[in-house]
Formats: sequence, C-alpha cells, structure tokens
Amino acid sequence: MSAKSDNCKYQARFSYTRRNQWSGILFGIGLAAFFDETVFHQLLRWHHFYDKSTTDIGLISDGLLHSFSWFATVGGLFLFADLRRRKALWLTCWWGGVLLGTGGFQLYDGTILHKLMRIHQIRYVENVLIYDLLWNIIAVLMIIAGTILIVRIRSNKQQEETI
Amino acid sequence: MNINDHIHHGAGDLISHKDGIVPLLILSLSFLLLVVMYIFAANLSSRRYKQWPLHRTVLWSLGVMCAAAALIGPLANHAQMDFTDHMISHLLLGMLAPLLMVLAAPMTLTMLTLNVRAARRLSRLLRSRPVSILSNPIVASLLNIGGLWLLYKTDLYMAMQQNILLHVLVHIHIFLAGYLFTASLIYVDPTPHQSSFVYRAIVFVIALAGHGILSKSIYAYPPVGVPINQAEAGGMLMYYGGDAIDLVIIFILCFQWYKFTYPREFSH
Repeated sequence: MSAKSDNCKYQARFSYTRRNQWSGILFGIGLAAFFDETVFHQLLRWHHFYDKSTTDIGLISDGLLHSFSWFATVGGLFLFADLRRRKALWLTCWWGGVLLGTGGFQLYDGTILHKLMRIHQIRYVENVLIYDLLWNIIAVLMIIAGTILIVRIRSNKQQEETI
Repeated sequence: MNINDHIHHGAGDLISHKDGIVPLLILSLSFLLLVVMYIFAANLSSRRYKQWPLHRTVLWSLGVMCAAAALIGPLANHAQMDFTDHMISHLLLGMLAPLLMVLAAPMTLTMLTLNVRAARRLSRLLRSRPVSILSNPIVASLLNIGGLWLLYKTDLYMAMQQNILLHVLVHIHIFLAGYLFTASLIYVDPTPHQSSFVYRAIVFVIALAGHGILSKSIYAYPPVGVPINQAEAGGMLMYYGGDAIDLVIIFILCFQWYKFTYPREFSH
C-alpha cells in the first residue's frame, strides 16, 4: 500500500483517539455491570436484590450506576459503530478503554458500594474477606493493564506526530 | 381475613361488577374507536399522499391493546387484588403502550389528515409555550417518575383503591405522563422544541435511576396496604420490567444520534 493512504488511515484514528477511549470505557462499564447482574445476581445468586443493611445513599448510588450502565453499554457500542464508519477505529486503544471501564466499575462496586454503602455483599459466607480481596485485586489489575495500553498509544501517537 | 385483602376485594368490585357493564362497554368502545380512527386516517393519508407505513398501524394497534389490557379484562380485575398484577398492568399502561404509540407517529398522521387550516392551528398549539414546557425532558420526567413516587410513597395508592374517581384520574395520569416522557426523549413526530442528545441522555439516566430506586424502595418498604410478598414480587417486576422497556428507548435514542451525526460531519 502507498504511504499516503496509510497516513490517511492513521490520521482518522489519531483525531479520534479520545472517542476510541471513551467508547471502550463506556462499553467496559456496561460490560462489568451486565456481567455482575447475570452471573452474580441471576446465575450464582451470590448477590442479593436488596440487603437490609443498605443505606439510603447506597440505594441511590446503586440506582444511578445501574441506569447509567445500561446507557453506557448501548452508547458505547453506537460510538464503536460510529468509529467504524469513520474508519477511525483503533482496537488497542478501545480495549484499553474497556479494561479501564470494567476495572473502574468493579473497584467502585467492590469498595464503595459493597463495603462503604453496604448495598449487598459478594457472597453471604463467613470468609467474605477473601472474596473482597480477590474482587478488588482483579479490578486493580484490569485498571493497570488498561492504563498501560493507553499510555503506550499516547506515546506512540506523539512519536508519529513529531515525525 | 386480612384487612388489606378486604380493601382490595372491595376495590375489585368497584369497577368490574357493582357499576355494571356500562363503564366497561364505554371504555372498550373508546379503545376500539382509537384503532378504527387511526386505520381510517392511515387509509386517507395513503390515498392523498404516499403510502402510510403498515408497521406504524401495527404499532398503534398493539399500543392500544396494551393500554386496554391494563384497564379492562382479567388482568385489570386481578390488578385490584394483587400488587404484582397491578405492576404488570402499570408497566403496560405507563411504559409499553406509550412507547408503541409514540413509535406510531400519531401527530404526523393527524397533520396529514387534517385540512390546512386545522393543521396550522394544531402546529401552532404544538409550538406554544405550555406545550414547550411540558415536553421538556426534565418536566416530563418529573411528571412521570415524580407521579409514581407520590403514588407508592404516600397514601395515594390506598386511597385510589377506595375512590373510583381517583382511580380513573391516576390511571389517566400514568398513561399521559408515560406518553409525554417517551415523546420528550425520542423524536418520532415533528418536535418543535428539541433538546440536545446529551441533555436528553443525562435526564434519561437520572429518570431511569429514579424508577429503579423506587422499585427497590417498594421492595424494602411496601406501600400502605400491600402485603410484603406482593411488594417484593411487584418491586422486582417494576425494576426489571422497567429496565427492559427503557433499554428499547435507549437504543432508539442512541440510534437517532447515530443517524443525526452522519450527514453533517461527512458533508464538509
């Protein structure tokens, strides 16, 4: 392929880096919420619909996050479709966003919602600490992986632009 | 026998038996009339202009059927005795029927059917200040979700079961507010006062959250006169049923954004 068309291809991608990232983050948040609902609430039945010790602010925060996650899933995917039709899709960047969104949601869910606001626990067993640790460590790992992907792309982009 | 059961049975008699067949007949006929009028207008418009899409007629008929099922027949009778059935009928009347009917573009069809002078008057009405305030997404959400909070978090639900006039008014409000809410978010009919996509998205997320929080609150603290097991089942139904219907609205809203951003940014 000629260098010119290659250049054009990257131009579109470069001018939409942020949109790639946001599409990934939104979809990641939605994915984490969807996974939480289907696997932990419905299939395993570890999570409860409502827990007597839930605070009011917890109920409000849970409600907002739940409705936002539906919007994020659909909106993120439409942004993905929008990037494709503009030929500006950058999958590495998108996946970085997905990891950030999923990890961020899980960390917020695992610390603020489960522990601080006591919306419900991961599982109603004696040794819930192990579940909490595992839950939050996985979340942090996903955030780190997502950050690495995005930082690498940023420096890549800067290099390309200086050339 | 539980006092709540007694009240609910009393309300069951309120519409279906004591007052006889006349109100039911009037209600059924008006629903039938809504469908017949739409089909008549669709035929008229197809003959005068281009073919009115069949799927809109189907959507309208389904929407009217949903509203009818919530108000007359076995489900409506059960709804006065059982809170879970009440919630099914409210999902039909306040969410599904309005969504289907908004998608049928009744205002566009009315405009095509009316003569020029009447159509102008109608479009002036649609552009008027009161309509612009009512069709603002925030106002529409407050009327819709705020109305539900009043119904389930005050004694209104209990009072509605004992007073026929209140019962009718609450149901009219639930349908109209549901329609207004849907129409303020997705633009199918011509909408003179349009809000930006982001604005509608933010309002919608907050409104849907209000709906979800109310559902969980009903689950945790049952409304006056509702047994706990029915409140739990009804609350969960409201939560997940509301999600399902609102997901369709989210999809249409995002799809409209997707189509809207295409031609403008590609033309230059």
